[in-house]
Amino acid sequence: MSTAIVLPEAARRERREWVVFLRRLAARRTALFGLVVVAVVVLTAIAAPLLSPFDPIEQDLGDLRLKAPAFRDSAGRLHLLGTDHLGRDLLARVIYGARPALLVGFAAVAISGVLGMAAGLVAGYFGGRLDDVLMRLADIQLAFPFILLAIAVIGVLGPSLQTIIIVIGVSSWVVYARIVRGAVLTLREREFVQAALALGGGDGRVVLRHILPNVFTPWLVVATLDMARVIVIESALSFLGLGVQPPTPTWGGMLADGRVYISTAWWLATFPGLAILITVLGINLFGDGLRDTLDPRLKV
Amino acid sequence: MRTFLLRRLLQSLVVLFGVSFVVFAILFLTGDPALVLLPPDASAEDVRRFREAMGFNDPFFVQYGRFLKGALQGDFGQSVRHGEPAFDLVLERMPATFELAGAALLLALCLAIPAGILSAVRRNSALDYIATVVALFGQSLPTFWLGIMLILVFSVQFHWLPSSGRGTLPHLILPAITLGLFTTARITRLTRSGMLEVLNQDYIRTARAKGVNDPPLVWKHALKNAAIPIVTIVGIELGTLLGGSVITETIFAWPGVGRLSVQAIANRDYPVVQAAVFLLATTFVVVNLLVDVVYTYLDPRIRLR
Repeated sequence: MSTAIVLPEAARRERREWVVFLRRLAARRTALFGLVVVAVVVLTAIAAPLLSPFDPIEQDLGDLRLKAPAFRDSAGRLHLLGTDHLGRDLLARVIYGARPALLVGFAAVAISGVLGMAAGLVAGYFGGRLDDVLMRLADIQLAFPFILLAIAVIGVLGPSLQTIIIVIGVSSWVVYARIVRGAVLTLREREFVQAALALGGGDGRVVLRHILPNVFTPWLVVATLDMARVIVIESALSFLGLGVQPPTPTWGGMLADGRVYISTAWWLATFPGLAILITVLGINLFGDGLRDTLDPRLKV
Repeated sequence: MRTFLLRRLLQSLVVLFGVSFVVFAILFLTGDPALVLLPPDASAEDVRRFREAMGFNDPFFVQYGRFLKGALQGDFGQSVRHGEPAFDLVLERMPATFELAGAALLLALCLAIPAGILSAVRRNSALDYIATVVALFGQSLPTFWLGIMLILVFSVQFHWLPSSGRGTLPHLILPAITLGLFTTARITRLTRSGMLEVLNQDYIRTARAKGVNDPPLVWKHALKNAAIPIVTIVGIELGTLLGGSVITETIFAWPGVGRLSVQAIANRDYPVVQAAVFLLATTFVVVNLLVDVVYTYLDPRIRLR
């Protein structure tokens, strides 16, 4: 952990440290590359209607089914990645598929991040019984093979965007909690915390103003790397038919469709998978760079 | 050491209770388990009678007690779809899942540990660079995509390997690679960072200064210490593998518990789902307990706690 402690009063020094940090991060080319990739994917998702050459759910069951990449149809329009079994343009669907992936990614990470941060702060700061109970809950959570639990719950509640966000969000809190708890345990004994308490600061104030800003950076590393994991899980659930329902295009759903036609239309399964790979790779590169800049010894 | 192990055993039991409770409670997520178990077109009268027969009108904790008692005896009720005891159905398929997870783990360890060690020892060399990049890709690939691509290349294009079913060794290859790649990547990175950390320690430098020859030095001192986080991760990875088997088994039509669970969910066959989740979670808890036992042999400091 960088030795700088964020004290509420030292705002100017804090700004200088952020600049140093950003400069060091930018110096890592792989991290920068990862960030660029992620930015491109995010922009693609946001600007999908502008970028997409076709409507992603418009079917054409006539002559347009299962056409190979770089196919020019009767109207002269180019299908860069080909078409699927319902005559829908694949490139358009891949572009629009970024939306549920990123939406679930950000939302689920937000939920588990907040839950985990809260649990980690409480467990680490107050210790004792509360810590035991929370860690036991963590163990129970970890004992379940996540996918099985997710499909069981979604099977009962019915698949939808909200359901998978909540299921993934609620069940991923443990890794955040552990990192935050570890950081809090170290920070709790430092002089500035002891000083704040001695000066009469209540527990709540100490946690919020002194401890939280300092556990933010490891939490951020976990959040970044976890987002990659969440995107893969979202596509896995969509692959099993438990994610966002058709006709909304999802990368996982497209892979499931593509699997059926694997021997005749290889492009159906290849390109959505590549999209997932590129997105996740970008996030992982950036997350690794973030972690290495902050503290390479972070066991994340 | 005995107190440590006893404490761990107690913790494991608490975790198992928690697991059983969650497995039981899943049916109640929408409020009425009868509605979950019955087909959507059941009449109100059918629902009422079903609820009476299954004891859903009893207080929640009475029902939980009944469930727990059954679970401990291996009774999870009858499979709605197959008519056989749910537990037996799951148990039948455990060996298949273990075979797959075991093969994947073995593959991962055989590839990852030497790769990680070599990477660390020859740091920043071409080998290190390649291994690092491959490991990064391995952790970024969605496993089900890898499985489909492998089928595309090795089954559809070249007809070298079968794409589904279980039986002979060739049947095991593609699923094991698919399932094991993520774990291989993870363990490679961990071995590499663990070895790097150990190799920079003072006691290694001291031994070198004393003139100890390099290879025996590396293997003896460094590996023993780097082994500790690896053993920990093996326990956790087993959980990942058991979970990941769900997808891989579906793609390769591997007759394991994962595939059974997915089918059961599609068929609303919840007794089977409960049995499967409970059994897999129990396996995970037991394995982690064993990992902790091994841990106490590797790290003497643990025994003193």
